[in-house]
Amino acid sequence: MRVLLVGECRAGRLAGEIAELFGFSVALGAQASMLLVGSPDDLPAFEGRLYFADAREYGEYNPEAHKRLVMEAVERERPDAVAFLHSSYGWDLAPRVAATMRAAQVSGVTGIDGGGYRVDSCNGKMCRTVSPLTPNVVLTLQPGAFPSPQLSGAPEVVRIDADPVSKVEFLGRRQPDEVVDLSRAQVIVSAGRGVGKQEHVDLVRDLAAALGGEIGASRPVIDAGWLERSRQIGISGQTVAPGLYVACGISGAIQHVAGMKGSGLILAVNTDQEAPIGDVADVFVVADLVQFLPALTARIKARPGVSF
Amino acid sequence: MNILVCIKQVPDMGGRFTPNACGTWFDDAGLVFRMNDCDEYAVEEAVRLKEQLGGTPDVTVLSIGPARVVETIRKALAMGGDRGVHIDDPSASERDPWQISAMIAGHAMSRKYDLIFTGMQSEDRGSAQVGVLVAERLGISCVTGTIGFGWMDGIVTVERELEAGMRGMMKLTAPALLTCQQGLNTPRYPTLPNIMKSKKKEIVVLRPEEVGLDGPLSSAAGFRTHEHKTAGLVLTGDAGDIADRIVALLDAKTTVFRRGGAR
Repeated sequence: MRVLLVGECRAGRLAGEIAELFGFSVALGAQASMLLVGSPDDLPAFEGRLYFADAREYGEYNPEAHKRLVMEAVERERPDAVAFLHSSYGWDLAPRVAATMRAAQVSGVTGIDGGGYRVDSCNGKMCRTVSPLTPNVVLTLQPGAFPSPQLSGAPEVVRIDADPVSKVEFLGRRQPDEVVDLSRAQVIVSAGRGVGKQEHVDLVRDLAAALGGEIGASRPVIDAGWLERSRQIGISGQTVAPGLYVACGISGAIQHVAGMKGSGLILAVNTDQEAPIGDVADVFVVADLVQFLPALTARIKARPGVSF
Repeated sequence: MNILVCIKQVPDMGGRFTPNACGTWFDDAGLVFRMNDCDEYAVEEAVRLKEQLGGTPDVTVLSIGPARVVETIRKALAMGGDRGVHIDDPSASERDPWQISAMIAGHAMSRKYDLIFTGMQSEDRGSAQVGVLVAERLGISCVTGTIGFGWMDGIVTVERELEAGMRGMMKLTAPALLTCQQGLNTPRYPTLPNIMKSKKKEIVVLRPEEVGLDGPLSSAAGFRTHEHKTAGLVLTGDAGDIADRIVALLDAKTTVFRRGGAR
């Protein structure tokens, strides 16, 4: 089996996550080549063919031109599978390539299931196996689902070209919010959709304060406007690894878990014992957080000898 | 100006999911259905644009699925959509993204929509494919993960969400398809008068064969509970008793009490 991996460059740097693409090709037992629209000064280390185009020429986000470049590599390499990361770059580009190839696409692959691929559904509570009915398949890989092998070697670089014209003009990047750096916090107490109401965010904040930590949140709480976006934890927010992480009413969507699974002790508080946060939690408290959080906060504050 | 919004009805994710008879997807029994969350942002953005342009754009809301999806179309109409299209397909959950995109594109092909809004992905499938495939089939521009949108005389400016809080800014011209990400706006709650009005709005019912059925490119099987690793310790019962145990555990396993916390 031959797989064409589609690498990724962000702001001129090779994305470190591309190691997972190689982890996947190893799991598949496939022979890997890679296509990269990136920087000539920052090439991936591996043994194999690297189809390369310069991002200064084609842009980092130019889906029409990048699609043509992927198709150019597909025509030369004739892979059985084309694999992307399930990232803002990958989920955008993969369906364009799949439509052009008229190939099945399987999104957010978390494992290999015989001739098919395992994917999560229903917010990570369930999964199923999706199998291509076409000779070729396009895949996007769920972040963190495959290991990141140490990369080494020197690829055979094959420069490729395509029409760079695009109907979508990329104007640039911006970081809209000042980021509260949570990466050095030793304790983070996070609120998720399960807090239910804006008032309940205060219960989470009180516990964070009692523990001398920071408050964070998963996406739904941020989108509801209950907490500033700079405190979002997960793929579209910050990646953290405190000694203690308390997840309050967080279901454990993979996008959130990818941003906190490196934490030391993970304590989950949720009424739904089947919530996928149980995958990474060391301790799972099955309780209504409206009752449990104040009870815990009160006990911590009442401990003798603790001064803040 | 014509706008199309594609919405999907999904179950509330807090429900208990059991496989259907053929093991391809969940059984509907016992689930509560509502609008997919990203799609609410799509509807809201279309309605805001209509308001910005003095009410001239015509907003069509399309959904594919069994009879129950009409309820979700009605909600979108109560939010401000003008008309509904229901592609009545009891087998919708057995279709792959390629087939779903064929039906939407089949409907949109002859209608010359200036803008199409979809959700970025559905909460139940999460493929993030359908919107992009529709744009590919129609040969129009497409941006995914829209978190900021502006319109000025046919010029579309879009912010799309990247990783780690970054955003990318783009400019493109209509016709275009935008897949909407959570946080794009604040979806409104329909008011009672608008709910009453929505009941009088037209919903055209079409069969899949009338809009365009294509063969599947993939098949699904083995819908099952995620094999969860169980947490090392599961605590249930009285909240106060659990809190006592947690304090003891934090004392034994962490340094939070000894160091006075992180700061």
